[in-house]
Amino acid sequence: MTTTSTVAKVGPSPERPAETNVRRSPRRIDPTYYWMVVPVLALFAFFITLPALVGVFFSLTNYAGYGEWTFIGFANYVNIFKDPAILQSYIFTFVFALTTTVVVNIVALAIALGLNAKIKWRTGIRTVFFIPMVLSALVVSFVFNYLFSNTLPVLAERFGVTPLATSILANESLAWLAIVLVTVWQAAPGATIIYLAGLQSVPAEVYDAADLDGAGSFRQFLSLTLPLILGYLVINVILGFKGFLGTYEIIVGLTGGGPGMATQSVAMRIFSGFTGGDYSYQMANAVIYFLITLLISVIQLRLIQRRGVSL
Amino acid sequence: MTASLLPQRRTRVLTKRPSGREGFKINWWLTALMLVASLTVLLPLYFTVAMALKSPDQIGTGTGLAWPNPMNWENFAAAYVATNFPRAFMSTAFVTVFSVLGSLACSSLVAYAIARNWNHRFFRGSFVYLLSAMFIPFPVIILPLIKQTALLGLDNPAGVVFLHVLGGISFNALLYIAFVRSIPAELEESARMDGATTWQVFRKVIFPLLAPMNATVGIFAFLGSWNDFLLPQMMIADPALQTLPVVQMLFQGEFNTNYSLAFASYLMAMAPTLVVYILAQRWVLSGVMRGAVK
Repeated sequence: MTTTSTVAKVGPSPERPAETNVRRSPRRIDPTYYWMVVPVLALFAFFITLPALVGVFFSLTNYAGYGEWTFIGFANYVNIFKDPAILQSYIFTFVFALTTTVVVNIVALAIALGLNAKIKWRTGIRTVFFIPMVLSALVVSFVFNYLFSNTLPVLAERFGVTPLATSILANESLAWLAIVLVTVWQAAPGATIIYLAGLQSVPAEVYDAADLDGAGSFRQFLSLTLPLILGYLVINVILGFKGFLGTYEIIVGLTGGGPGMATQSVAMRIFSGFTGGDYSYQMANAVIYFLITLLISVIQLRLIQRRGVSL
Repeated sequence: MTASLLPQRRTRVLTKRPSGREGFKINWWLTALMLVASLTVLLPLYFTVAMALKSPDQIGTGTGLAWPNPMNWENFAAAYVATNFPRAFMSTAFVTVFSVLGSLACSSLVAYAIARNWNHRFFRGSFVYLLSAMFIPFPVIILPLIKQTALLGLDNPAGVVFLHVLGGISFNALLYIAFVRSIPAELEESARMDGATTWQVFRKVIFPLLAPMNATVGIFAFLGSWNDFLLPQMMIADPALQTLPVVQMLFQGEFNTNYSLAFASYLMAMAPTLVVYILAQRWVLSGVMRGAVK
């Protein structure tokens, strides 16, 4: 507005330096700016912050999701640490997230290197590799569900691979690998994009110099490319790990948490509080889950700050 | 800083790379390897199409990988009726359209106000507060949230829109703020000289300049809400208003063995985003890239 700009110019006394004038901001802020922010802030507080606080509150009670309740202090938290089913879900979730993070990053980096090299039909190949990104994870899991439980056993029988002749989704110790595989299929493109951005930030001159020094392509990758894109790797590892900890849809589509409770993730456990009558107990579980992801976020910020990568 | 990445790369490929390394030679071995690797994406898709075109008899006890002969197009008609496709489609389209519009409007407004008043405590504080959402995973708030939205009568697609917009606002605002800062203030000054109010400046000057970021935010919002399963499944109480991904649960019953119907329906659920992606491939990828480099 014209008025504010004139006030800003006329307002401060001549001896005051221009810089403090800006920082101390004696000028009035156009109320329009408040109208742009405040309604969104109010909705945000109501739909995101309020439920979080309500959740923390009820985690200290014995509320079952209906009826009456009383405060029981930290009893829910104490019980969670003694609950083998919850511990099992945390172990599964962490092992799954860790494995998936490693595999996704290896696959994504390989694809990114391939797409960044001199290959024919680059645009077409790139289009194909990014398709999983636009598909619904749930529907994709349903398709893979059939592949794992019908197609793979028939093929295995035909070729005499007996261990795979029964569905791996029904196998308590193998089912999680199927979940890893589909998650990698779905999540690799996202990580590939970040790696591609990283690879393109490496100036071509660096490689020219390495060529002159006679470094082979593998050597170039280890001593040049990898250190130069380390920041992108850190981002991918941490974003990926945090995301995979909350895995839900793909498990619903593949195993539904089974066989037994072998592939039940923490998120699935928490959601069961909605129907299972242990609302407050699962809220305590959610608070613990939140603290864990918060810890990871703090580590993330530290690492990113040190590496000087912005995200 | 956020100029389109694809052209940038193309120039580099054409000018710099060949001068240094093995000249213009194309790496055919790597091309072959990448083609084989791309089968990991194409095979499941081929399989979905093949299954969708089979009759239950053709599926039988085989692998499902063979191409059906003759093809059964009537599966699609049956799936269309079984899932009440038009209604699920409209519901999903409603959630997606309003989530995209809401994300674009809310995030850009908030980002503009914050970026232009960065020296002011209130706006800096709002920014930090909005960022807090990035540290709160949905599973943490979902149980109280569902009770709250049900209480307010928002246990429907409209409620899902609210959550999509607000849940994405921290990431989207972050993208926009960096972009707004790169817009020189002089552009606004001249409009203000001509007597434009802050609203007009935003609408006529800033928002059009945000176009590349609008594309990025729009693509993320579109994919995120079209494919979302968690929030619609948990929030929408009336099954008749359920979205496309959630409707696919229909075929997961214990007694359902009609796979041809199921796969026809899966394919219909996948088709909209797949078609949009393939048609606007270059545009989508450059938009997503911009989000990744941020």
